[in-house]
Amino acid sequence: MSEALSTALALLIGLDPKLVEIVLLSLRVSLSAVAIAALLGLPLGAAIGVGRFPGRQTVIVLLNAMMGLPPVVVGLLVYLLLSRAGPLGPLGILFTPSAMVIAQSILILPIIAALSRQAIEDAWREYEEQLRSLGAGRVNAALTLLWDTRFSLLTTILAGFGRAAAEVGAVMIVGGNIDGVTRVMTTTIALETSKGDLPLALGLGMILIAIVIAVNAAAYLTKELAQRRYG
Amino acid sequence: MGLIRSLLLLVVLFAALAAGAQDKFIVVASTTSTEQSGLFGYLLPIFQKKTGIQVRVVALGTGQALDLARRGDADVVFVHARSAEEKFLAEGHGVKRFPVMYNDFVLIGPKSDPAKVAGGKDTLGALRKIKAAQAPFVSRGDRSGTHIAELELWKLAGIDLAKDKGPWYRDTGQGMGPALNTAAAMNGYILADRGTWISFKNRGDLAIAVQGDKRLFNQYGVMLVNPARHPNVKKDLGQTFVDWVVSPEGQKAIAEYRIGGERLFFPNANQPGA
Amino acid sequence: MNYGSILPLRLADVSFAAGSRTIIDRVSLEIETGASTIILGANGAGKSVLMRLMHGLLSPTSGRIGWNAPERSGRPRKQAMVFQRPVMLRRSARANIAYALQIAGIPAPRRDALVHEALESVGLTHMAQRPARVLSGGEQQRLALARAWALHPEVLFLDEPTASLDPGATREIEAVIRAFDAAGTKVVMATHNLGQARRLGDEILFLNQGRLIERAPVEQFFSRPQTAEAAAFIKGEVPWA
Repeated sequence: MSEALSTALALLIGLDPKLVEIVLLSLRVSLSAVAIAALLGLPLGAAIGVGRFPGRQTVIVLLNAMMGLPPVVVGLLVYLLLSRAGPLGPLGILFTPSAMVIAQSILILPIIAALSRQAIEDAWREYEEQLRSLGAGRVNAALTLLWDTRFSLLTTILAGFGRAAAEVGAVMIVGGNIDGVTRVMTTTIALETSKGDLPLALGLGMILIAIVIAVNAAAYLTKELAQRRYG
Repeated sequence: MGLIRSLLLLVVLFAALAAGAQDKFIVVASTTSTEQSGLFGYLLPIFQKKTGIQVRVVALGTGQALDLARRGDADVVFVHARSAEEKFLAEGHGVKRFPVMYNDFVLIGPKSDPAKVAGGKDTLGALRKIKAAQAPFVSRGDRSGTHIAELELWKLAGIDLAKDKGPWYRDTGQGMGPALNTAAAMNGYILADRGTWISFKNRGDLAIAVQGDKRLFNQYGVMLVNPARHPNVKKDLGQTFVDWVVSPEGQKAIAEYRIGGERLFFPNANQPGA
Repeated sequence: MNYGSILPLRLADVSFAAGSRTIIDRVSLEIETGASTIILGANGAGKSVLMRLMHGLLSPTSGRIGWNAPERSGRPRKQAMVFQRPVMLRRSARANIAYALQIAGIPAPRRDALVHEALESVGLTHMAQRPARVLSGGEQQRLALARAWALHPEVLFLDEPTASLDPGATREIEAVIRAFDAAGTKVVMATHNLGQARRLGDEILFLNQGRLIERAPVEQFFSRPQTAEAAAFIKGEVPWA
């Protein structure tokens, strides 16, 4: 075990090209997914947070529930969509990083939408009277609140990224864990461990943990900074 | 509904952009044991250098690999379970089956050898002894080529698993690597392909118990997925791969692959009945 | 710029109910230009609700509220409101005022001058770049006043603006209000503070349990109250309504 550990460290320090390729792909996929999810999820959360329409409570409950979507289920659904036998089959993106980006975007969209909805609704409670008094319409108010709650929203986005980077079920199914093409940190760890081949798995595991810690530290520092500077 | 479709398309385009451009490639459905033997890592770069075609291997169990092809999500299948392959052809999903190579299985067991089978060449006899001793036996249970071969051997040994299996027979539903891990952890017997065994690092107390039995030979076949049935199959690129693998050049490359100095696969495309 | 005065504001038989509770009970009144109007009453009398009805944040459940020349969207707001607790965005003090101007449609080049003027009028120029939410309670309320006044509204509603402030901050706010009043803005202020009403008001509208029961010039109200409830309130004897 300690031999595996020292080999792992050697891979890390020596920037083993295979390791680097896997890490970069993981980051590309999860960052792209978080960008898409934020682009769609933040306005969605703001619209629900500020809007009033019939069935709103049901929408909120569903959105919150979908935060717990099992990644394998998302993987299965996206696979059915992208399979050549499925509706989007002709696009030919199954077993490519694009499919992984799509699956992860779907996975974290509810997280970003639900958490931003909560943040914006809380802010709306505080600001509603004042903003309406100043003459702001609902759309304008939603945009203003999106900027005003930016620190909470950044934490939300970090949470989404953390979830995407750590999941294995969705990317395994829609990516196929193809060597050199769709193999990311999590799927590689699963594969190498099952082969009994621990150094690469350990090395990647350490990086993944480091990323998770970094993301959480960033979220914490963001909150602190915001509190101190803006109140 | 039109809005949702265009939104979906936008997302897909963005995702495609984010993930980079795709050059020409095919998807080959194969088995985990084949991939983990390292053969593809050796073979495919040679093929890509010659033809410029990138081969993307999705490694699953044989059953799942064939199912993947049945959905048209692969261009070529490369597996080692002849009966399942023939069925696949009969259903109209494949064009033609070509034998490619064979490797062999080995019966692995704990060095303590509770069933007293080590060192022999008689697989069927060994299996009967294992059942008699009720020694722990790990099965892959995942419809893979290895699993199908294992079930065949039990049948040939005259043992009806449905009736005779007990808590000593562990049906795990796992790939070769995880199943070997399980066997190592519980000091059990297991049927494995030689390739995975050679690369397997986590052996614990396990060693080869039975090998060299003709019944342990494991034949590989390659098929192009039927473009008449699945119009999205890349038939030209796929055919190029099939042709190359059975060509003298491809066969030579297969024969040259070694692990730890040992040859793993024996090309036999020139054996039409294989 | 001459859009016509939005005053007088007329309330005709206005009631407001929340669920089964009647909070405002058939109030009719007119708010004219000139004198600063104090809405006086105990806690729970309905002052805040009445202010919000007049400002337009609430709609009456019955009766009619009408301005003289109704506001059209896209024009600078002619009336503004300051609440008991100032609500500031997570931006600098000057950015908060600029935001109000931006919503009102003032083009960017003109905003700077107006922001500067507004900050000066409340003595907060030195705080312009500070994040608004780290200012003290009194400073934030002054900022709220500056924000409300930046568009030079005709009518300034103030809902108990000093209720959360200490005496020093209260004095500063009252000074600003007096200055706006002197500059010609119509001040309509709700308070339960008798001294403040006397200091700042020209006329008193006395609200009791949702009904407007007395209206008089300030000195007359305090020396010769016409109703028993008003008299009791002045003497400090009215329990929470």
